[in-house]
Amino acid sequence: MGNVKSSLSNMVIVLVIITLVVGAVLGYVYQVTKEPIALSALAKQNEAIELVMPGFNNNPMDEMLEITTDEGLALKLFPAKKDGESIGVAIETISGKGYGGNIRIMVGMKPDGTIVNYEILEHKETPGLGTRMADWFKPAAEGGSEKTRNVFFDKLFGIKAEAGSGESSKSVIGKNPGKDKLKVSKDGGDIDAITAATITSRAFLEAIETAYKAYIEEAAKAAPCVQTELQEEGEIL
Amino acid sequence: MNQWKNFTKGLIKENPVFVLLLGMCPTLGVTSSAINGLGMGLATTFVLIMANLAVSLIKDFIPDKVRIPSYIVVIAAFVTVVEMVMQAYTPALFDSLGIFIPLIVVNCILLGRAEAFASKNGPVASMIDGAGMGLGFALALTLLGSVREFLGAGTFFGLRVYPGEYGILIFVLAPGAFIVLGYLIAIVNKLKKA
Repeated sequence: MGNVKSSLSNMVIVLVIITLVVGAVLGYVYQVTKEPIALSALAKQNEAIELVMPGFNNNPMDEMLEITTDEGLALKLFPAKKDGESIGVAIETISGKGYGGNIRIMVGMKPDGTIVNYEILEHKETPGLGTRMADWFKPAAEGGSEKTRNVFFDKLFGIKAEAGSGESSKSVIGKNPGKDKLKVSKDGGDIDAITAATITSRAFLEAIETAYKAYIEEAAKAAPCVQTELQEEGEIL
Repeated sequence: MNQWKNFTKGLIKENPVFVLLLGMCPTLGVTSSAINGLGMGLATTFVLIMANLAVSLIKDFIPDKVRIPSYIVVIAAFVTVVEMVMQAYTPALFDSLGIFIPLIVVNCILLGRAEAFASKNGPVASMIDGAGMGLGFALALTLLGSVREFLGAGTFFGLRVYPGEYGILIFVLAPGAFIVLGYLIAIVNKLKKA
């Protein structure tokens, strides 16, 4: 250490050389990894679309529509078609009201707005609390083992596990934002909030509402006759 | 023999987390699960080895007064490389470590080892020191992550041990990190004395 005596010129020269070399290396790695990064982002998006809106055979990515809502949120709409006929839509929606910032969700809806499935794309929620939204709002069937486990623990400790009772009102799948009140039960809605993560639950449901509204508007633009139908449904709410 | 000592000292005797108490930010931040801790530990190990090697190679050309900025630039370069490579080839791990990968740059262990070891020793010894320190860091993070994951979520490396409802949630959150870290340090201290 300290083998070289510092002078202005050698300090400048050394720093310039180091930053130049580092810059060149980073530029090279960026070139090499650019494509795999883009590919994996694309694959992730594709997978999410496939999960929330299965059964299409077009390329929803090509027909993507970008929508900006009145609140300034940028949504992406991926129409899913089978043999040219619309079977629904996958919407990448967002809510800025999460506990830790933005929550981005991919939600699949049938043409009438019924929710098929959803997938969390990005969030900064609290681990163990808000992160449970990844499967909290899905029907219990997917966590089937959970029920048997609870039965076992009921017997062992004599504790009544909550899973048996209000299970159905947690799920948003199969619900239609136009008909069902997609709000947490605290706010007078039909959905049970995640235990100890009401803010996350609200943000999640808000994102789905946003997606539904955007979809209705888009459908209205595309086909005026659909508009009246869907608006009527909206008024029931 | 000497090299072996360089390697093993990072594991227990000078363990960066339990003894030197360096790099607490990622230690407390990412260890909510064992796999996160392991991923972070291995990423840090890689950067440590490479940065130690690079620093020990260029140490003779760097004027004394600009050595810290030079080391930081070198470390930042390796971290950025790791970040881009992880994003490209292990996107899932990248998602879960998120913000903490770029923060490896400011992890005191890296600058600490560059300054305290690599700038005074040859490239081989420096690499071994980096490997030992890095693995010690990875070991500590994995241990911390396992304990927190087990107590908080009822899983071990993602495998369910008992139902999640019975987990003690605080261990997954930040306060739990402090509690577990405190107890682990106490245990390590006790073991070191024994």
